[in-house]
Amino acid sequence: MFTADRIRVLLEEKLPDCKAIVTDPSHDGRHFQAEVTSSAFAGRNRIEQHQLVYGALGEHMRSDIHALQLKTYLPDLWPHRAG
Amino acid sequence: MNDATKKRIADMVANHKVFLFMKGTPDMPQCGFSMRAVSILRAMNVDFGSFDVLSDDEIRQGVKDFSSWPTIPQLYVNKSFVGGSDIMMEMWEHGELEKLVQS
Repeated sequence: MFTADRIRVLLEEKLPDCKAIVTDPSHDGRHFQAEVTSSAFAGRNRIEQHQLVYGALGEHMRSDIHALQLKTYLPDLWPHRAG
Repeated sequence: MNDATKKRIADMVANHKVFLFMKGTPDMPQCGFSMRAVSILRAMNVDFGSFDVLSDDEIRQGVKDFSSWPTIPQLYVNKSFVGGSDIMMEMWEHGELEKLVQS
């Protein structure tokens, strides 16, 4: 079974200046939700931003992860800044 | 993906201005994300074609390679890949999707 935390670690390792908040709302290890920011998103449209996230997750996207509800943010617009 | 599958996908997309690859049918979606995609299209009152990927494993896998996108549903408008249900929802909230399907 996959975990939200493994997804977060993968994303933060693979994407530059990445912060990710990943949850498993139904606690089934298959359907995840993620909010992600990375400096790599700058100058890219939403499809390209989502494709970067999928790319970082690689084969897991085809096997362990059944669904990933995704919202991407440019670093300036990240709503979860540490205060 | 073989050439025949690729052509089938390209033909479906080319023959409809708005086309959705989904799980189930518009009247009976088999997955919450597909249901959400259909709801958005219906809210815009737009005609769309659809294909149930659960009925055909070649298309189910092929469409993921076709768009370099790993999940279903997938929306195409004017032969271009638009995104999955999250992007559809975001574009719908910003009024962008309505503009696109009317273009």
